[in-house]
Amino acid sequence: MATRLRRNVTSPAADLTPRPGHPGHPGHPPRAGATTAVLPRERDAAIPIPTSRPLPYPDTRSQADPGSAPETAVRVGGLRRVFDGHVVLDGLDLTVASGEFVALLGRSGSGKSTLLRILGGFDAQVEGEVLVARERSVVFQEARLLPWRRILPNVTLGLTGRDAGERGRAALAEVGLAGRERSWPVTLSGGEAQRVALARALVREPELLMLDEPFGALDALTRIRMHALLQRLCRRHRPAVLFVTHDVDEAILLADRVIVLTDGRFSLDVPVDVPSPRRRTDPAFDRLRTALLAELGVDDLAEGTH
Amino acid sequence: MTDVAVTDVSTPRPARPDTHHTDGLPVASHASGVGTESADSVEAGERSRIVLVDPTGGRRRAGRRWHLPSEARRFLGPALLVAGWWAVTGLGLVSERSLASPVAVVDACRELLHSGDLTRGLGASLYRVGMGLAVGVAVGLVLAVVAGFFRAASDVVDSAMNFLRTIPVIALVPLIILWIGIGENAKIFLIAVGVAFPVYMNTFAAIRGVDARLVEAGQTFGLGRFGLIRHVIVPGAAPGFLVGLRWALGVAWLLLVFAEQVNTDSGIGYLLTQAQSWNRTDIIVLCLVIYGLLGLVSDGLVRLLERTLLSWRRGFDGT
Repeated sequence: MATRLRRNVTSPAADLTPRPGHPGHPGHPPRAGATTAVLPRERDAAIPIPTSRPLPYPDTRSQADPGSAPETAVRVGGLRRVFDGHVVLDGLDLTVASGEFVALLGRSGSGKSTLLRILGGFDAQVEGEVLVARERSVVFQEARLLPWRRILPNVTLGLTGRDAGERGRAALAEVGLAGRERSWPVTLSGGEAQRVALARALVREPELLMLDEPFGALDALTRIRMHALLQRLCRRHRPAVLFVTHDVDEAILLADRVIVLTDGRFSLDVPVDVPSPRRRTDPAFDRLRTALLAELGVDDLAEGTH
Repeated sequence: MTDVAVTDVSTPRPARPDTHHTDGLPVASHASGVGTESADSVEAGERSRIVLVDPTGGRRRAGRRWHLPSEARRFLGPALLVAGWWAVTGLGLVSERSLASPVAVVDACRELLHSGDLTRGLGASLYRVGMGLAVGVAVGLVLAVVAGFFRAASDVVDSAMNFLRTIPVIALVPLIILWIGIGENAKIFLIAVGVAFPVYMNTFAAIRGVDARLVEAGQTFGLGRFGLIRHVIVPGAAPGFLVGLRWALGVAWLLLVFAEQVNTDSGIGYLLTQAQSWNRTDIIVLCLVIYGLLGLVSDGLVRLLERTLLSWRRGFDGT
């Protein structure tokens, strides 16, 4: 088993187009060069989260010297999460650079969603260092649109400023849903709803975009189109992406770097060196898939490949 | 319409080589064969003859059939009731002294309108119900929001409300009389107390039933406490609140009738007690009809509210 355990290593963006800095959304003020990292809890301090308690881990903000890692969107060190004596995350170290697309693979129950919930600020019962970009968005497995708000207010939910509506419209146009601003969420198909969720995440110009098996509930054809859309959007907005999935092919198709989470530890951390455009028939693709599947405990190639 | 079986009898299925025909029915030749399987084989053979039915069951609309509009159908029930009433009294099955005829009731209505008693009484009753509802709904709603949103408050408020809820409201009357007396305020208080509980119970349950994943999403996208209440909690709890409101309306009218029969000198209930002592069944029936209409109108108003507030829903509407 080719297990290369790497810690705190930021892999270079493998084969994506050169980064022209932040392209900037039309009408959006240019962001300061340095991505500021904050504790996930800080922004949500006033919001009642079901599990909200005082921070159980030391406030590490003072240790985060913004000058030392100006382009880091996620920095996690020695992260532990214990549920009722059961260690779910066991000393994780992870750094995600700005603009980097990281896929997080793992079997169900491996702790992927727990990690994402912690980074999203929904779980404060943790030990270790957790720092994430202040501007961040989440796309959940289900679209989670407010059924009592039309599409546009759903996209601009929580946005302030006069141009919020205009930015929302632009984001909807980007995901190909221009003209549906006044539709009700119940009238959307699964793929459309997930596109609205993408628009809602991207309209905030996030420095960090977290996706929790976002296409898991979509049919295969819609999924292919969503992959292309996500790639296009990420190339344009260049957020750091943390993409949780259990689909190996999806991870290889989209990511610059794939991390495998096994029983609460990162057991594999590899750059994706498959040249673009990535095809499933590429030998490099197949090699990586075989390695990842083996890491995930699927050794039977006859069943593991399609 | 009944199910339409489209089994085609005119063109029998091509007979298999091992079948022969008995009375026009294809029977597998091994049906009369040997072994214990023979009976099963016959059954299997019979079962394999697929009967095709039209899954729409004849409900297909070939050209739109004429339907009474749903609104009109809603009035059909009451109209039938009135017609039956008319028939019973008009045919002399019931004496005028026991049950006044519709005509007599209309006359009584005209008489009371002329004297001003009806308008005064209606005004007094509407005022009591209106005030009682306003106070009761406000109290129930505020308590529900507080208990629903703050966990510490819910432990205190919810257990208290659940305890008080079990006390029949009418049993409070002696205490209310001692506290507030027998005036107008006591009546409003009684209605308000009765109204607060259904509003509270339904709204609280609805707030707690708001999808936690939506709350989480709201937090992710930067909604603060107030934003969550405004965008997620309140609209999410609106259906439950409206159920509570309709329930509260029923309670309000019930308590009004009760309150107005004790020590009053105005209102529909007062007219009712007066009519009883004068032996005027026409006025009694008139008052009952008015109660019914008031209930119908208030329910209609809540329906209207539902239709505007819950237009985003695409639920099951009945067939």
